[in-house]
Amino acid sequence: MELKNSIPSGPIAEKWDKHRFDMKLVNPANKRKYDVIIVGTGLAGASAAATMGELGYNVQVFTYHDSPRRAHSIAAQGGINAAKNYQNDGDSVFRLFYDTVKGGDFRSREANVYRLAQISLNIIDQAVAQGVPFAREYGGLLANRSFGGAQVSRTFYARGQTGQQLLLGAYQALERQIGAGTVKISTRHEMMDVIVVDGVARGIVCRDMVSGGIESFTADAVVLATGGYSNVFFLSTNAKHCNVTATWRAHRRGAGFANPCYTQIHPTCIPPSGDYQSKLTLMSESLRNDGRIWVPKGKDDDRAATDIPQDERDYYLERIYPSFGNLSPRDIASRRAKEMVDAGHGVGERRNGVFLDFEDAIARLGRDAISERYGNLFAMYEKITGESPYDRPMRIYPAPHYTMGGLWVDYNLATTVPGLFAIGEANFSDHGANRLGASALMQGLADGYFVIPLTIGNYLARAPRMRVGDDHAAVKDTEREVKERLDRLMSVDGRRTVDSFHIELGKLMWDACGMERSAQGLRDALKRIPELREEFWSDVRVPGSAANLNQSLEKAGRVADFMEFAEVMCHDALTRDESCGAHYRVEHTTEDGEAKRDDENFAFASVWEFKGVGEAPVLHREHLEFENVQLSTRSYK
Amino acid sequence: MKLTLHVWRQDGPNDKGRHERYEADDVSEHMSFLEMLDVVNERLTEQGKEPIAFEHDCREGICGSCGMMINGVPHGPKSLTTACQLHMRTFHDGQEIWIEPWRATAFPVIKDLVVDRAGFDRIIASGGYISIRTGSAPDGNAIPIPKADSDAAFDAATCIGCGACVAACPNASAMLFTSAKVAHLGLLPQGQTERWDRVLAMVDQHDAEGFGNCTNHGACQEACPKGISIDYIAQLNRDLIRATLRAKPVEAGKDA
Amino acid sequence: MRRVATLYRTTVGKKVLMAVSGVVLFGFVFVHMLGNLKMLFPAADGHYAMDVYAEFLREVGYPLLPHEGVLWLARFVLLAAVGVHVVSAVQLTRLSRAARPAGYAKEESLSLSYASRTMRWGGVILLLFIVYHLLHFTTGQAHSTFVAGAVHQNYVAAFRSPLVFGVYFVAQAALCLHLYHGVWSFFQTLGLSHPRYNHLRRPFAAGFALVVFVGFLTPPALVLAGVIS
Repeated sequence: MELKNSIPSGPIAEKWDKHRFDMKLVNPANKRKYDVIIVGTGLAGASAAATMGELGYNVQVFTYHDSPRRAHSIAAQGGINAAKNYQNDGDSVFRLFYDTVKGGDFRSREANVYRLAQISLNIIDQAVAQGVPFAREYGGLLANRSFGGAQVSRTFYARGQTGQQLLLGAYQALERQIGAGTVKISTRHEMMDVIVVDGVARGIVCRDMVSGGIESFTADAVVLATGGYSNVFFLSTNAKHCNVTATWRAHRRGAGFANPCYTQIHPTCIPPSGDYQSKLTLMSESLRNDGRIWVPKGKDDDRAATDIPQDERDYYLERIYPSFGNLSPRDIASRRAKEMVDAGHGVGERRNGVFLDFEDAIARLGRDAISERYGNLFAMYEKITGESPYDRPMRIYPAPHYTMGGLWVDYNLATTVPGLFAIGEANFSDHGANRLGASALMQGLADGYFVIPLTIGNYLARAPRMRVGDDHAAVKDTEREVKERLDRLMSVDGRRTVDSFHIELGKLMWDACGMERSAQGLRDALKRIPELREEFWSDVRVPGSAANLNQSLEKAGRVADFMEFAEVMCHDALTRDESCGAHYRVEHTTEDGEAKRDDENFAFASVWEFKGVGEAPVLHREHLEFENVQLSTRSYK
Repeated sequence: MKLTLHVWRQDGPNDKGRHERYEADDVSEHMSFLEMLDVVNERLTEQGKEPIAFEHDCREGICGSCGMMINGVPHGPKSLTTACQLHMRTFHDGQEIWIEPWRATAFPVIKDLVVDRAGFDRIIASGGYISIRTGSAPDGNAIPIPKADSDAAFDAATCIGCGACVAACPNASAMLFTSAKVAHLGLLPQGQTERWDRVLAMVDQHDAEGFGNCTNHGACQEACPKGISIDYIAQLNRDLIRATLRAKPVEAGKDA
Repeated sequence: MRRVATLYRTTVGKKVLMAVSGVVLFGFVFVHMLGNLKMLFPAADGHYAMDVYAEFLREVGYPLLPHEGVLWLARFVLLAAVGVHVVSAVQLTRLSRAARPAGYAKEESLSLSYASRTMRWGGVILLLFIVYHLLHFTTGQAHSTFVAGAVHQNYVAAFRSPLVFGVYFVAQAALCLHLYHGVWSFFQTLGLSHPRYNHLRRPFAAGFALVVFVGFLTPPALVLAGVIS
């Protein structure tokens, strides 16, 4: 596997411009002769499809939902960063770039991040022009807030529904192209595999989720915009259907998988209430702007929060990190919460959370001001828990939330399989070992609106054309493999439900490869995962038929892929013998108990090559050069 | 608590369908409604039966996937709450719960509680957008928008496209859905250029999909988990009338 | 023309026709109710106020227009309005039935009011009532002691019967409900909405409906009670 990152030469601020000039263009009249497949309709997929359709390509887009608007980008709450410097508080493209590289704990690629910061400006303009109702000031100009520990106010937001509004903007742009006939959409189609002919991606095989039919689609290029894999933990803030199947299938076909162990844990989620818990709900990080986090000093304290006097409360973030306090970065806030709960200071019936208390903020600003800021979040919390955060503190606990790892891509967002591209959360490119708040939306839209529509032209203009008919041997073979796998799933007819396996895998992964990882724990997990996979394939029960809508079968296919994927995740976590960003190895801590990076040995992106199920994957390294930022140790004290 | 469920089961679009009765024991009040169904489904699977098909995804009340009639009310008895955010503490021990799919000609049942809502996408495709070429947008602050206008547009833009309005409407009208998008875009300066063509096209598509007409019952507003107001329907009506009466200068003389 | 055609073709356009024809009918009903209040006026010069008023309606506009010219013009407009109202209602009802052929096994009504749910049957009742009413007071076939032109006398004779009063009471109740939802719907359908005044639309509709109800039923009630003879 050759890792050519295709970073243009020259000063970082000029790379993207230079690259755009150097790219080969497709003649406008020829664009409609090129077929492009896009899988996924979240921010990245929808914006890419809309833009490429508009450019004139013949686009076909796929989603397993009933509508493109359901993609999980819709659930992003907080906001989207852009280096507009509308607040005149010292922000700039370079500062956003710097903050992102630093926030990613120096494990991302400088050139990509710089481009992201540059494009952030255009995204806001585009979204506003589409009618995205961002928050505004009374003067009618766009409002900003500081978010996720940033020292400048660069986050644009739409109440607590920024993802929804941005996705609807992209969705409407996509529907416009569908109406105009430049984009064709197949809803309720799940991608089951990539068709690779002579090493080049030429199409995909899908399952029509209503009829159960296995259908092949061929094209000149395939773009995966299929999101992240946090659901490997079963309990995460991801939507129930989020899965690794598309990227994993691409990986099996030769695409390198980069940094799978970089999974972000979000500090402010509602803790599980029982064994039936199906997912976790995130409470926007913005709550930490006014809420104070604490636990009782004593262990197993049964008193109601309001009965615990001040001097028996431990505001541990304020105590340990006096300058950042409750606004400490996500990984730090998460780890400290886990520490407190593990030490017996947990709160709530199941002792599985910490308090996020608004008592002081309400006293200081008044109930109305708090309601204006967080009313919808408080209402959501009350719906779920039956408790009002106005009267008693919220209970929060960290939960898996976002995955920085993904398919390895070069500067053009091309994977190691020619013709196969990955955008948005599905790739690994911009966030390094930890993603800053309000950067996911930015990256998805940057990739979709502004990067892939150009770089794919460069690929198409250079790549040799080859028509792959529906009856090509590779198409038929891939279809057959997909059918065989589905038949196998249907025929096991064991005793256990798909979910029971998923829950077991999730717990295993959370314990071994979640917030804290240890060499021993990972080795044990690497022993246990193949066993569990074996049990799955011999004891799973998928009721119903493969020839119509079968949600159990859909889940089974996804869980089967998680069972394979989990292994490479643990391999990655084990190999990365350092702590960095969200990847925290207990063996590597500073004296203060913080993550201890090892730049000398680990300043690279790990890229894994698939060698077969149960075979050890092969590690390749892309070394990361830092020419524009100084590697430093993060300190938030 | 223990509950008795009467769930609509339908094998496919052409199946007649029927209600089936299930006993749900050990329901915790902290469960969400969908988690309660998960537990029922796990048991059905263990018994070798097919689980109940229902749509869901984010389970945070924002993706709009879930939706079912729960005791005759879309998304169940709690106002401003989607089925996924409805928790079992809303119900009491021993209660009987009827669970049915959305019913409308324009929303054919695919299986059990799953219906086809693609008509909504086609309504948006017919005009529910602002035509802006990627990259051609002026600076985000080039057009100041009064906060009140922006907020009003936002209120309309919170629609999650779940279909509860259609399910609640005795005429299966999708006017609340359509008007929310017409209002969202029509309230913003960026949306003015296409305002009149947009409303004509979207209402035309709404009707072509087989949704019924609005008779101003207001049931949609009560059912809407996002609290979208039927005032937007009045705005849509007004825009449609104005779009009809308003001849563009370029059309003057051609409209005879 | 395309736009007009679109408007008519759409369900909203049909509703606009409902609303416009409806408002003609509200106007008529209101004026009719005011006219009926003449029953409360004392007779002067041996002529009942009601009869004078009826004569006025026949002669208004003369000699610019022929005898009963305005009356026939009004009748024509009203007939057209009723026609448009009924045809649109039938079309819309059929569309609604097609849009929602199946109901729910368990259904909770979320509609704003009882009135909104009874518009269709209420409309049918009103249509039947109008036919009866015309036969009763205009052409006289349904009136046992009908004398053409003697409006006051016909009126008093009719409402001495509790049965006739009952029929009119039911019809007025139906009209009241129909107006309550209809007047509010009129604002909504024509898009006459403004955040500052929207909250007044329902009270206005209720007030209008109630005034018409009380206005129409007061004279017959007084006849029945023997106050008017």
